[in-house]
Amino acid sequence: MEDIKKAEYLAYKKTEVLTDKVLHYCPGCGHGTIHRLVAEVIEELDLQHKTIGIAPVGCSVLAYEYFNVDFQEAAHGRAPALATAISRLYPDHAVFTYQGDGDLAAIGTAETIHACNRGENIVIVFVNNGIYGMTGGQMAPTTLENMKSSTSPYGRDVKMMGSPMKMSELVANLPGTHYVTRQAVHKPGHVRKTKRALKKAFQYQQEKKGTQLVEIVSNCNSGWKMTPNKSNQWMEENMFPFFPLGDIKTPDDK
Amino acid sequence: MAKIKGDIVIDIERCKGCQVCVPVCPNDTIAMSDKVNAKGFKYAFKAQDNCIGCANCAIVCPDGVITVYKKKMK
Ligand SMILES: Cc1ncc(C[n+]2csc(CCOP(=O)(O)OP(=O)(O)O)c2C)c(N)n1
Ligand code: SF4
Ligand code: SF4
Repeated sequence: MEDIKKAEYLAYKKTEVLTDKVLHYCPGCGHGTIHRLVAEVIEELDLQHKTIGIAPVGCSVLAYEYFNVDFQEAAHGRAPALATAISRLYPDHAVFTYQGDGDLAAIGTAETIHACNRGENIVIVFVNNGIYGMTGGQMAPTTLENMKSSTSPYGRDVKMMGSPMKMSELVANLPGTHYVTRQAVHKPGHVRKTKRALKKAFQYQQEKKGTQLVEIVSNCNSGWKMTPNKSNQWMEENMFPFFPLGDIKTPDDK
Repeated sequence: MAKIKGDIVIDIERCKGCQVCVPVCPNDTIAMSDKVNAKGFKYAFKAQDNCIGCANCAIVCPDGVITVYKKKMK
């Protein structure tokens, strides 16, 4: 058999916009795939020299270690506030936040909603895994009804704990958001769609269209206490009915 | 008929053995080893020479450890 492992036949290789550091994420966690897609989009849009990312608190707290672009760490939930400042100071830069659901939808709700309402010219990458992954799988505002977490061991009782919150639908109603979409990355087709969505978001940001929010429903196999493939299946069966995938607000809706 | 030949290289020392790449391959090219890498993970490896270079495995791999090659054969 002919050896085709030559540069001229290269079809896919990890982008150089990611560093060579080994990701600290658990095996099978969607954070790694999402990092890679953001990096690929930055590379394809030739934005590496003028991208500033804002890292959250949560599992992706070390995101700045993995991207070959400028980064700033925010206090828990404050990434949209920091991104506001940076994007106003550097209006031509590609400014994005990368946030989990605990970060964006709990402690950072105010920052998220007000940045979206003001229409700050930023991309928000929102990774929704239904729990606080980093701190041990506690209930988040996004935890599904009856879903078990370390602080709702019998399942989320909505009478006592409130209903799960759909942040994307909520901010889509605000005048400042321009593009709001919900995607996933557990299967090849979803990965390709998410990449297209992220690309649109960064393009719109470069056109100064306001706030672009890309939610990615993802797994936390360690927190959910499942194998990675099982967690992806569980996500399809349980997360997607409540958090349906697809565009929530597009420029045509305006 | 033009035939496509693909090939993959898995950086086994960076593989975390999550198995997400296994079910997405249309040809069952990838399998999990019984051996472990230096981190102690049972790693993914190319078990058959029937890859078509679709890159499904590479784009779902959270750790970006798979490189894909593809050639159109005459
Ligand atoms: C001010 C403050 N409060 C609480 C914490 C503890 N803490 C660290 S990560 C985290 C939740 C992160 O969850 P999420 O944003 O969903 O991200 P994931 O880890 O699931 O990716 C919390 C509450 C903190 N670091 N700082
Ligand atoms: S490139 Fe496609 S055919 Fe080749 S191993 Fe990966 S998934 Fe299978
Ligand atoms: S998806 Fe990547 S890390 Fe997971 S088993 Fe396959 S090659 Fe290894």
